Amino acid sequence: MAKPTIGIFKFTSCDGCQLSIFNLEEEFLQIAGLMEIAYFQEGQDAPGGNGFQAGAAHFDLAVVEGSISTELQSKELLGIRENSSRLITIGACATAGGVQALRNWADVSKFKASEYPAPGAVEALAESTPISAHVHVDYELWGCPINSAEFSEVLASFLLGKTPGVPGYSLCMECKRKGIPCVLVAGQAPCLGPVTRAGCGVLCPSLNRACYGCFGPKEGANIKALMRIFQGFGYTENQCRLMLDKLNTYKFREMEEKG
Amino acid sequence: MAIKGTLKKARLEDLLAVLGKSHRIIGPKAEGGAVVMEEIGYKDIPSGVRDLQWPGGCRLLPGKDSQVFSFSPGPDSFKRFLHPPASELFAFKRNGAKIDFLPAPKIAERPMAFFTVRPCDLSALKLYDKIFLGGPVADQAYESLRRGSLVVALNCLYPGDNCFCLSMGTGPEARDGFDIQMTELEDSFLLEEGSAKGAEILEQLSLGQAGADEISAKRRRIESCKAAFKKSIAAHELPGIIYANLGHPHWDDIARRDLECGNCTQVCPTCFCSTSYDYAALGGIAAGGAVSGKRFRKWDSCFSRSFARVHSGNFRLSRKARYRHWMAHKLAYTQAQFGLSGCVGCGRCITWCPAGIDITAELEALRHV
Ligand code: SF4
Ligand code: SF4
Ligand code: SF4
Ligand code: SF4
Repeated sequence: MAKPTIGIFKFTSCDGCQLSIFNLEEEFLQIAGLMEIAYFQEGQDAPGGNGFQAGAAHFDLAVVEGSISTELQSKELLGIRENSSRLITIGACATAGGVQALRNWADVSKFKASEYPAPGAVEALAESTPISAHVHVDYELWGCPINSAEFSEVLASFLLGKTPGVPGYSLCMECKRKGIPCVLVAGQAPCLGPVTRAGCGVLCPSLNRACYGCFGPKEGANIKALMRIFQGFGYTENQCRLMLDKLNTYKFREMEEKG
Repeated sequence: MAIKGTLKKARLEDLLAVLGKSHRIIGPKAEGGAVVMEEIGYKDIPSGVRDLQWPGGCRLLPGKDSQVFSFSPGPDSFKRFLHPPASELFAFKRNGAKIDFLPAPKIAERPMAFFTVRPCDLSALKLYDKIFLGGPVADQAYESLRRGSLVVALNCLYPGDNCFCLSMGTGPEARDGFDIQMTELEDSFLLEEGSAKGAEILEQLSLGQAGADEISAKRRRIESCKAAFKKSIAAHELPGIIYANLGHPHWDDIARRDLECGNCTQVCPTCFCSTSYDYAALGGIAAGGAVSGKRFRKWDSCFSRSFARVHSGNFRLSRKARYRHWMAHKLAYTQAQFGLSGCVGCGRCITWCPAGIDITAELEALRHV
């Protein structure tokens, strides 16, 4: 039986999630044994130069990093989707629009004018959007960057035809399992753990720091309630907004509206 | 006659030394602004540390109390040691239609001595034994950790700010389910045997005489603790109030505040839910179709959206239904399932809830309107 083909694509992003794939090290080499890596610019010695050509290949699995920030990207994405049986997103940019989605609530033309010598040459769309705003996504893996072990679990699950064992519950669950004294309860720190997805391995609370939401909103997050708690600690409404307006803004705001 | 005697406070280390000969000692330690439980030595005991707890908050206070056990319990209990947060259940190897199972490697560690188990937690432990050992098939992992363990109970002399064991009938005095019970007196500990194993430990210590004075000092201290409780729950009306109020509008009010974070269930010494999942590393998948992997068990919570997710849907979708299930399981269903209360009044879910949701206050609200 032929090995399933995989294509790894990137749009607007920092490449950190793709680097997390390399961080699998030995396991990364096993991907090559189990799948035909048909497209992966980040993994090439000499970059191909010309981007993905729609119809050039079929992918059993497309892995997409990055948000949609330009007209051209949105067209390329449609091509990828058409040529892929399954499409998954990796990281905050692809899954939630990334830090660049902060511009969705600002005036892009002003940024262009103040930052670039030739603003007319910048082809950015007014909004940065997650992949799911454009095409059907079969699975979303969160994180900025993703957790390599979770990525490997998703790939293994794809190969085995099972649901990935990646939880959608809060970071607090992981935090309590690790036995870390809660920085919110024992230190009144504005920890986003109660509304953030588990997955990072509790990096910040392990170091006595408040979580700032790299893994995006958990399933069923009650963001308004947490912000009311932080306001009780003395943070202003605007400070609370800034806590959420980071890597996963787009999805935190969407979840906040849902209530 | 049951062994009873006093141990000078300065000699507390002797008790740990005797326990430590055969057991790992699991006890309190101050860490990150809270009293946690870990494998400890004598020096780790946060002697004289005091704490303030309130709904959604906890602070250790500077300054030292003249008592050794001047603090109330933190987020941890025996639970994390007898029902570990994550553990391997077995490994499997599938080749075509053939599946082989390999038991998880036995961890050859010395048994545990739980040092200073509070009376509320003795009741929780009794429930755990019933849940994990009382059914037609005992839970092997729990059994192997529980077998050979020792329980040194500590009577509470100050109620924690969120404790309500008194109204639950579980504390502040230890009644059964321990090998040794300790009561802190003025300059000694009163140690009393609770089992033959406990007696063996006490025989190895040089104890002072415990007479009528010590017994009455113990009584006085426990009575003054009882008078100091700040919280109570309407236990005499349970489980009826829950069943009569499943449609109460107050559940909507709770749902506006509830974060669905699951902290309450993780710290609760009677919550036992776990999920299991199969993990196959990429290296365990052979191109020919053979798969080797492991099955793990991890603590779960009825506040996770994946909990109660079944084929084609989830029968507990709303936040309100999730909180209601948690509270009803604690205050009503566990009684029906196991004949014991699912809440022992330890107050952990109140302190460690980032939203400060207080099960006793929510129950009060259900009784009115
Ligand atoms: S430290 Fe943060 S993540 Fe951990 S339990 Fe507390 S609120 Fe949750
Ligand atoms: S429900 Fe709350 S008070 Fe009752 S046993 Fe559980 S954690 Fe303790
Ligand atoms: S309250 Fe929830 S997590 Fe706790 S035992 Fe019941 S169902 Fe399980
Ligand atoms: S009751 Fe509190 S601790 Fe429990 S899920 Fe709700 S917010 Fe979290």
